[in-house]
Amino acid sequence: MSSLQTPPLSAEQGAPDNRILRLVRIGLPVVVLAAGIAIWALVVRLNDIPPYVLPGPGAVFRTLMMDWGVLSQSLLVTLRTTLEGFIAAAVGGVLLALLFNQSKWLEYSLFPYAVILQVTPVIAIAPLLLIYLPQETAVIVCAWIVGFFPVLANTTLGLNSVDRNLAGLFQLYGASRLQTLLYLKLPAALPFILGGLRIAGGLALIGAVVAEIAAGSAGAGSGLAYRIAESGYRLNIARMFAALLLLSVAGIVIYGLLALTSHLVLRRWHESALGKEN
Amino acid sequence: MAAPAALSEASPGTPDLAVSLRAVTKTYDSGVMALGPLDLAVRKGEFVSLLGPSGCGKSTALRLIAGLNAPTTGTVGVAGPGGAARTGHSIGFVFQEPTLMPWTSVRENVRLPLKLARTPMPEANRRVDEALAQVGLAEFADAYPRELSGGMKMRVSLARALVTNPEILLMDEPFAALDEITRFRLNKDLLALWRDLRKTVIFVTHSVFESVYLSQRVVVMTSRPGRLSAEIRIDAPEPRGEAFRTSAEYAGYCREVSAALVPSYAGQPG
Repeated sequence: MSSLQTPPLSAEQGAPDNRILRLVRIGLPVVVLAAGIAIWALVVRLNDIPPYVLPGPGAVFRTLMMDWGVLSQSLLVTLRTTLEGFIAAAVGGVLLALLFNQSKWLEYSLFPYAVILQVTPVIAIAPLLLIYLPQETAVIVCAWIVGFFPVLANTTLGLNSVDRNLAGLFQLYGASRLQTLLYLKLPAALPFILGGLRIAGGLALIGAVVAEIAAGSAGAGSGLAYRIAESGYRLNIARMFAALLLLSVAGIVIYGLLALTSHLVLRRWHESALGKEN
Repeated sequence: MAAPAALSEASPGTPDLAVSLRAVTKTYDSGVMALGPLDLAVRKGEFVSLLGPSGCGKSTALRLIAGLNAPTTGTVGVAGPGGAARTGHSIGFVFQEPTLMPWTSVRENVRLPLKLARTPMPEANRRVDEALAQVGLAEFADAYPRELSGGMKMRVSLARALVTNPEILLMDEPFAALDEITRFRLNKDLLALWRDLRKTVIFVTHSVFESVYLSQRVVVMTSRPGRLSAEIRIDAPEPRGEAFRTSAEYAGYCREVSAALVPSYAGQPG
């Protein structure tokens, strides 16, 4: 109504509008979350559902507090696995892409196997890895297998997306292969690499969890996924939920950190990191 | 890259030649004959425009001179400092687009040729500052390319070409994408730079007005394959300014060049 009566005035009016929009964008999901939790609690209370079938949110929260010692320990284990798998995926993916970029022979020989490794479900590979490798290594290898391909594919795309005229310029000034790689190809590929890393972060967590679940019955593990499997056997459903919650939070934090890194690195020049006003 | 068919220095008998093309042809892998046979000789310090319709091989000729492509037949001779074979130092190239690295500052973009040649830092800094001052961008050294206007980006590109202090400046329709006013200003500044620095400039354009205003000689080319069809000497006195641009003499040259250009467009659907 008011917008009909008052003419659209100035930038001063635009600024609060933006702030309101941002509040709505943060506020709405929070409202949905609160409503979901309330309905969950209500359903459990009204139907008298026993906690070994479905614990209420309060029970899950209490378990999270009470079992924090065990759960935080497991969280650290899973995070460490994820981090190691992620670093291996990042380094491996970028290095492979660089090798492929320098030698077509190598690319033709190896790329199909990278694809095969990617399309074979990791849950099916994990049990085999657990036979041949020590469990800790097997879990990291699983995280690496699912994580490295997006890094490889994106980096390859980035290295091949170099501006032709810039490449000509480097040729004109007699740049060596190493100079072309360092000063032209890698910076040009950086946005693509960062995009690949963002995907790889989440996938490394999935890889670690899958391997832990696969190893679960074998017993020696103590990551969060192992806790979920173990708690399932014991009908400790509240702890399953608590562990699941921690896994989600870990995933969100990993994604957020990588997105932030990407933004900080690219904000001076890349379209993806620039504000709308530019 | 295939080895160039023939590379030679500018023929010793004519030491004042900066660039000489002799019976040069270029056929692309697809079988399309883009150029030639083309003969062209450019004296040291001369400002020559290559004028012709799109796809007439002007850019191909420029790339051959720069050594970015090799001729299919014929010889391309380029005089280097002290008669040395062509290197990045003797040639500066300005592309149709600014072709800047978006991830780094203006200063680093201009520094690139020196960095690739491993020029010592203090020397490189001095020359970068000098080149930026020449194109009037000293204050924008720390800006990123995306923060600059189209004309300023082109100035950065020009500074980068000048930073190695090349003998020869090759320019491939550098101002084609700019608005008219910016284009005038850059033309004027380029002419002033040429007067000061006395470089050999080979300037590719499809604008009659630009070619007449800038050059001492306009070389008109026909298309497919690109050949030399006419040469017009522009004998207007230096320095050329706004007065020349609005003079009857200028209009006369433009008419003459336009007339020479007509056969180049013959048989082409508009």
